[in-house]
Amino acid sequence: MAKHHISTTINGEPVEFLCNTEQTMLDVLRDELHLTGTKEGCATGDCGACSITVDGRLVCACLMLGVEAEGHAVETIEGMADGDKLHPLQQKFLEYAALQCGICTPGFLIASKALLEHNPDPTEEEARYWLAGNLCRCTGYDKIIRAVLDTAADMRGAS
Amino acid sequence: MHNFTYHAANSVADAAAKVADGEDAVLMAGGMTLLPTLKQRLAQPSDIIDLAGVAGLSGIRVEGGTVTVGAMTTHDTVANSSEVAAAIPALAAVAGHIGDPQVRNRGTIGGSIANNDPAADYPAALVGLGATVCTNRREIAAGDFFTSMFETALDEGEIVTSVRFPAPETAAYMKFPNPASRYAIVGVFVARTTGGSVRVAVTGAAGCVYRETAMETALEGDFSPAALDGMTASADDLNEDIHASAEYRAHLVGVMARRAVAACG
Repeated sequence: MAKHHISTTINGEPVEFLCNTEQTMLDVLRDELHLTGTKEGCATGDCGACSITVDGRLVCACLMLGVEAEGHAVETIEGMADGDKLHPLQQKFLEYAALQCGICTPGFLIASKALLEHNPDPTEEEARYWLAGNLCRCTGYDKIIRAVLDTAADMRGAS
Repeated sequence: MHNFTYHAANSVADAAAKVADGEDAVLMAGGMTLLPTLKQRLAQPSDIIDLAGVAGLSGIRVEGGTVTVGAMTTHDTVANSSEVAAAIPALAAVAGHIGDPQVRNRGTIGGSIANNDPAADYPAALVGLGATVCTNRREIAAGDFFTSMFETALDEGEIVTSVRFPAPETAAYMKFPNPASRYAIVGVFVARTTGGSVRVAVTGAAGCVYRETAMETALEGDFSPAALDGMTASADDLNEDIHASAEYRAHLVGVMARRAVAACG
C-alpha cells in the first residue's frame, strides 16, 4: 500500500515524512524521524510517557496516527532546550532530582510546560490535576510537583 | 495494528458515503478507545473515516435553556466552557473528570456516547439530563439511545452530529473512579427539572447506563440526601470484577446518589 506523504511542523521547523496508516505519531517520531526523546511506556494512552503537544494541546503520541499530523504543529522534548541552554523546567527537574530512571521525564516536562503556558501560577492541586495523565514509578511525584511549582515561581519572577 | 485505509472526511455526507463504501469501515471521533482497540488487534476495520476535519461538528451553543454540544467537541472544551459552566455546571464537571488531560484534549462527546462504554461518564449525564442525541438522520432521546454494553440505537452508517441538553434546575454528578483509569466504578448523575421531576442515572455499575426509578420517586417527594437513607441498588445483574463486587457496586450507587443530591445544594 502506498505510503502517505505528510507535511507538518515539528519544533518550529517544517517537516515532511512518509508513513503507513497504521504507524502512530510515536512510531513516526521515533522510527522515521529518529526523535527518540519521546518515550513509549504503556502504548495505550495511560502513562503519558509519549506526551507531545499538537497545536499547543497536550496529547499522547501513541494514540494519534501519523497521518493525523498533516497541517498541524507538533512540539516534542527535542524542542524544549534552547541549544545547550536547558528550559527552566529541565534545570529545575535536575536540581530537585525529580527523576530517577528517566523514562517518564520527557512526558512530564512536556506536560508541565503545557501547564505553565496555560496557567503560570498553578496551585499544587491544579498541578496534580494537570499532570494526572503522567505516571512515574520512581519519584512518588512529590519532587516533580515541587520542581514544577518552583519553576512557575521563578518564571513569574523573571517575566 | 493491522493495516487499514485512512480517510479524512470533509463533511458529514462525505463521511456517511465513505462508511457505506467501505467493506468494514469505522468512524474515528477522537480515537481514544478505537486506537487502543486496534493496537490490541481486537478490531480489524478495512477503513477508518476520521471526523476530525469535518467543519461544523465541534462547538458549543447555548440558547435559552438549551446547551447544544457538537459531536466532535472535546471533553476539555466542554470542561472549560464558561457558557456550559453557567448553564449546566454539572455537565462541565462531568467532562472535566473524564480520563486525564491527554484524553480530554482528544476524546469527544460523540465518540464517547457512540462507543457506550459501560463505565463512561457522559452516558450518565445524557440520561440524567434527559438529553437528545441528534444524528445525520434523526433525533433520539438519550433514554432510548444507550441500548446495552457498547451498543446504541445508531443504525449502520448513522453519525452523531450533536447532543442537546435542557438545563435543569439543579444537577450534580458523583463518581467513584478507578484510581488508575479514572473510569467510573460507579457514577451517579442526579438532576431535578424546574417542574420538579428527578432523574437518577447510574453508570459503571451495570452493563449499560440505567435509571434508579425508586430513588427518583423518593427524591420527587423529598429532594434531600435523607430521602435516600437505607436505599441501595439491587446487586442483581451488576458488574463484578477485580475492582469491585456487585454488592459493593450496589452499595456505592446509594452512596454516590446521596452525595450527588447533597452536591445539588
